[in-house]
Amino acid sequence: MLKIDAEACIGCGLCEDACTFAAIRVEDGLAVVGDNCTLCGACVEVCEEGALSIPRQEGEAPADLSSWSGVWVYAEYRRGRLAPVALELLGAGRRLADKRSVEVAAVLLGSGLQAADEGGLEAAARELIAHGADRVYLADDSGLADFSDDAYGNILAELVRQYRPEIVLAGATAIGRSFIPRVATMLAAGLTADCTELDVRAEDGALLQTRPAFGGNIMATIVCPRTRPQMATVRPMVMKPLARDESRKGEIVRIEPAAAWLSSRTKVLESVTAALDQVNLAEADIVVAGGRGLENAEGFAMIRQLADTLGGAMAASRAAVDSGWIPYPHQVGQTGKTVAPKVYIACGISGAIQHLVGMQSAETIIAINRDPEAPIFNVATYGIVGDVFEVVPKLIEQLQRRSDS
Amino acid sequence: MKIVICIKQVPDAKDVRLDPQTNTLAREGVQSIMNPYDRHALEEGVRLAGEQGGTVTVLSMGPPQAQEVLREAVACGADEAVLVSDRAFAGADTWATTHTLAQAIRTIGGADLVLCGKQAIDGDTAQVGPGLAERLGFPYATCVKKVLSCTDGVMQVQRLMDDGYDTMAVQLPALLTVVKEINEPRLPSLKGKMKAKKLAIKTLSAADIDADPAQIGLPGSPTQVVRVFSPQARGERTIFQGSVDEQVAQLARELQQII
Ligand SMILES: Cc1cc2nc3c(=O)[nH]c(=O)nc-3n(C[C@H](O)[C@H](O)[C@H](O)COP(=O)(O)OP(=O)(O)OC[C@H]3O[C@@H](n4cnc5c(N)ncnc54)[C@H](O)[C@@H]3O)c2cc1C
Ligand SMILES: Nc1ncnc2c1ncn2[C@@H]1O[C@H](COP(=O)(O)O)[C@@H](O)[C@H]1O
Repeated sequence: MLKIDAEACIGCGLCEDACTFAAIRVEDGLAVVGDNCTLCGACVEVCEEGALSIPRQEGEAPADLSSWSGVWVYAEYRRGRLAPVALELLGAGRRLADKRSVEVAAVLLGSGLQAADEGGLEAAARELIAHGADRVYLADDSGLADFSDDAYGNILAELVRQYRPEIVLAGATAIGRSFIPRVATMLAAGLTADCTELDVRAEDGALLQTRPAFGGNIMATIVCPRTRPQMATVRPMVMKPLARDESRKGEIVRIEPAAAWLSSRTKVLESVTAALDQVNLAEADIVVAGGRGLENAEGFAMIRQLADTLGGAMAASRAAVDSGWIPYPHQVGQTGKTVAPKVYIACGISGAIQHLVGMQSAETIIAINRDPEAPIFNVATYGIVGDVFEVVPKLIEQLQRRSDS
Repeated sequence: MKIVICIKQVPDAKDVRLDPQTNTLAREGVQSIMNPYDRHALEEGVRLAGEQGGTVTVLSMGPPQAQEVLREAVACGADEAVLVSDRAFAGADTWATTHTLAQAIRTIGGADLVLCGKQAIDGDTAQVGPGLAERLGFPYATCVKKVLSCTDGVMQVQRLMDDGYDTMAVQLPALLTVVKEINEPRLPSLKGKMKAKKLAIKTLSAADIDADPAQIGLPGSPTQVVRVFSPQARGERTIFQGSVDEQVAQLARELQQII
């Protein structure tokens, strides 16, 4: 329950403004909390009088927290290659581990038969070591060729029980966000989704997990004070990988998964790579997005051309997807994908909040829109007020000319 | 077939705007709505029940006002509605939520199929579906974009991956989380609206579902929010001036520097 100190409350209304859930109101000069309070703490944070608090029952900290040690990274491997987020997580994991003076290990699950080169999974494991892993737990089994929530989850949970890492990180990818919640439930561990910032608290080594909530409109920092491991999925493209260092030493520990771990209640019948784009939208450094302003599917041919010129991926607003100009996997926003590229170019997109929440953490945002009042300009780093059909072809031409010279 | 749909009431993001000056939350009278993804879960459940024969129960954990979304769901074709509501549930994280929902599903006699939205738009965690499946001992598939078939206790579904999609077979009882691509939700029917108006919503307390006090609400949540703050304001903003050619030239120059 939110506690309101009636003596201290001056009825200023800051709490009311801060509440995303419209759960707190000032009535007769006093803050009153309603049933839809989620105890998020936003009001406590803004109250200048210290009138609000959320009393926590700090249960006895379990005695064996200190028996958990080390930082683990789940190294996603699919269709014969490591997901870039695996290396980003090692960069973040290394930094956390150094603060804690502990080791970094990676867990690599898959089938070497799928590997892109003859080095197989060993080569991927060595790549992980070169990027900061002290140890790689490697399970190479034909039964792991297809991703399975059951098999992958069973193995990861079993390894965590056995080796007791204090922190387990995974990419907030389709795969990570699918099986990691099951693993956390199996381990009765706290799990924070889609983090964009990680740190450790000096006093007690608690993992400080910061993530956007409410579509990026508020940020929340979350800890798991009573349970281990502390688990988090981390948004791709946010953490920085370490430079590759061939001289780094590490150990590869081979795991023989028991038959029971490999058994799965689901079966992949077919795995289709959508030939939508050369570049995976979630991993792209540059994203060129189009909206209703493009007017039709032909308009998107122009978007594709700009994306290809920049070596980026194509995205769209929901209005464009609903109009059938481009398929749903390209949709960015609240009911589509969340992207955080280096550069996001929004062409003919108004910048509705539902779209903004999917792209506002891009480093640089460029908006091209003929309406100077379009909300997209509020989040833009650079803006051109103009007609996309005039601006975009000229931009393509300029860029091509520049790269030729 | 007994189908349970988990529905969450969430604040409507449409009402939540960024103040361009301060880049903080500007909120005027936030409305509560049915989580948009859950609407698609509901539609798929109603469709499957119609095709396979069966009942659709909508289930929500939340404050008494969450009744509204349950009534709306009944108006859109659900047969029964259950609200689990208790002050003791406040502040639940996904671990505590999945315990509560799993206990509620057991209390109402279990399910052959549980459908959830991919994620709730307030927390955006996407953790409740898989966590609930594990609590129930069910296999699951996340981000399902199409149900291909459901015969002899096996469902074939297509689930979205980052690089395409997987077609998979899932044994029932199972749990699926769905994306909006799966269907086009119907609007409430007149008959449904009448039914929704009259229907008594079954309300269950923590004691009714035999919830473990150590696994519910804020005290039962392993994760704790220690700080909530506004995201950093975005830096400088430049709107280019001059002729279109000049503007494009400036933009091309900036782009070349960044890339
Ligand atoms: C529950 C819910 C979930 C949603 N989820 C999403 C989501 O995930 N992603 C998403 O994007 N939206 C989502 N939306 C929809 C969102 O609210 C907007 O409707 C949508 O983003 C608008 O798309 P748009 O900007 O392309 O179109 P519009 O809002 O119509 O904007 C078109 C813009 O193009 C400009 N324009 C037109 N012609 C030209 C031209 N020739 N040159 C230059 N500029 C031009 C116009 O000035 C205008 O600003 C959601 C809505 C709801 C209710
Ligand atoms: N309190 C709740 N009551 C009922 N269903 C819920 C609740 N919270 C989450 N869900 C379901 O779980 C899905 C994912 O939610 P989340 O993990 O919070 O993003 C939602 O789309 C709902 O189907």
